Amino acid sequence: MGVGIQVERLNAWFGKAQALYDINMNVAANHATAIIGPSGCGKSTFVRCLNRMHETIPEARASGRVRVGDLDVYNGTSAVQIRRRIGMVFQKPNPFPTMSIYDNVAAGLKLNGFRDRRRLDEIVERSLQVAALWDEVKDHLRKQSGASLSGGQQQRLCIARALAVQPQVLLMDEPCSALDPISTGKIEELIFQLKESFTIVIVTHNMQQASRVAEFTGFFLLGKLIEFDKTERIFTTPSDKRTEDYITGRFG
Amino acid sequence: MRSRFHQGLDELRARLLRMGGLAEQAVDRACQAYIDRDLARCQMVLEGETQINIAEREIDEQAFDLLAMQQPMAVDLRFILAVTKINSDLERVGDQAVNIAERVMDLADLPKVDLPVDIPRMAAAAAAMVRRALESFIEGKAELAQAVLEMDNVVDRMKDEAFITLVKTMNERPEVTRQALDALLVARNLERVADHATNIAEDVIFWVRGADVRHNVPQEASSQQEVTDTH
Repeated sequence: MGVGIQVERLNAWFGKAQALYDINMNVAANHATAIIGPSGCGKSTFVRCLNRMHETIPEARASGRVRVGDLDVYNGTSAVQIRRRIGMVFQKPNPFPTMSIYDNVAAGLKLNGFRDRRRLDEIVERSLQVAALWDEVKDHLRKQSGASLSGGQQQRLCIARALAVQPQVLLMDEPCSALDPISTGKIEELIFQLKESFTIVIVTHNMQQASRVAEFTGFFLLGKLIEFDKTERIFTTPSDKRTEDYITGRFG
Repeated sequence: MRSRFHQGLDELRARLLRMGGLAEQAVDRACQAYIDRDLARCQMVLEGETQINIAEREIDEQAFDLLAMQQPMAVDLRFILAVTKINSDLERVGDQAVNIAERVMDLADLPKVDLPVDIPRMAAAAAAMVRRALESFIEGKAELAQAVLEMDNVVDRMKDEAFITLVKTMNERPEVTRQALDALLVARNLERVADHATNIAEDVIFWVRGADVRHNVPQEASSQQEVTDTH
């Protein structure tokens, strides 16, 4: 099951440049939360702070409190533990190019020393099924490389790879921006189903996508969380003028 | 800036205002025709209805295109929804004007009689409501629209009084029953014009504030509460 995320006074920097200012947000468990905002507003930085990916960039740092379920992300928990709990899917599908489809999905588990062959087969199959890719790849799991799949299939493979380590939260940073409408539709349908088992935070530039898949939406601008509310409210009657100006295309 | 889209919204607004002008003119002409027993004006009302109907379809078509092609959100989405509803109300205002014109034509062969009902005053009040509702739309001001809602009771009261006095007249002076009945129907038509003006004002409030004030059902507090509860 997914868990909630509580973010309190989260600040982030790249060197001396501050990218996030005092972000407070409660992400509801087993719901999808969309993060929207113009380029450079800090939305990707925000999600990368949730699983401590932000600190992998030289001179980048963050302060504040992030709790994922019972884990305190910035206090007494290792980055590896965090990332096992929080899976991430990126804008561009990034399967390991030299690995088969099977090995791509199994990679995270193998890296963690998981060696039970039968159990591994089960997890790979289940992850691919949940990612709605199983039927398309089941006959050439070990022969075909992950990189030989179409863009949409590669993205679902990356989702399966993230799911295989059984996270509670799935972060998606513009997961459909490189995909055609059909593949986008499949991923969105998948997000809808994944909510039953995971908490999802999705960064998107596509406001229609946010309104289709997310129950809650946060609007970021210049590193600040301007408004956070139920998605239907953000897209019909936002309370902040800046949110309204952005989603109606008056700037950004 | 989505300039093409916003240009489309401006065009839609201009079309609706033209439509509003036609509907307002139809009510004015019909009421004047009733007061003067002027059949030529009745004819103008009937001919004007075609223009109103064409305008209604054009506005709906443009609104439909904007919804389908531009996927508007927030204030723009509310604006387009409000326009389609106001459009429908204005068309019905035009229908009420036609109904009044038909009553005038019905009365044409009958002698003019004094009736204890002030149709000109009621017509002025209903027309003022339509005018002010359209002004609130032009200005985008919810306060102006709110003032229209408060005027509705006045016209309702006038209609109720007209009903009581005209029924009494029909009982006491059966020879003027047809004229009294027509006056009663005109009063009802005017009351409906006022109702449509009220609907328009409610739609303006929805557009500007995002609040649904129909039927006096409070909504904003409850939806805020749901957000808090979910976390």
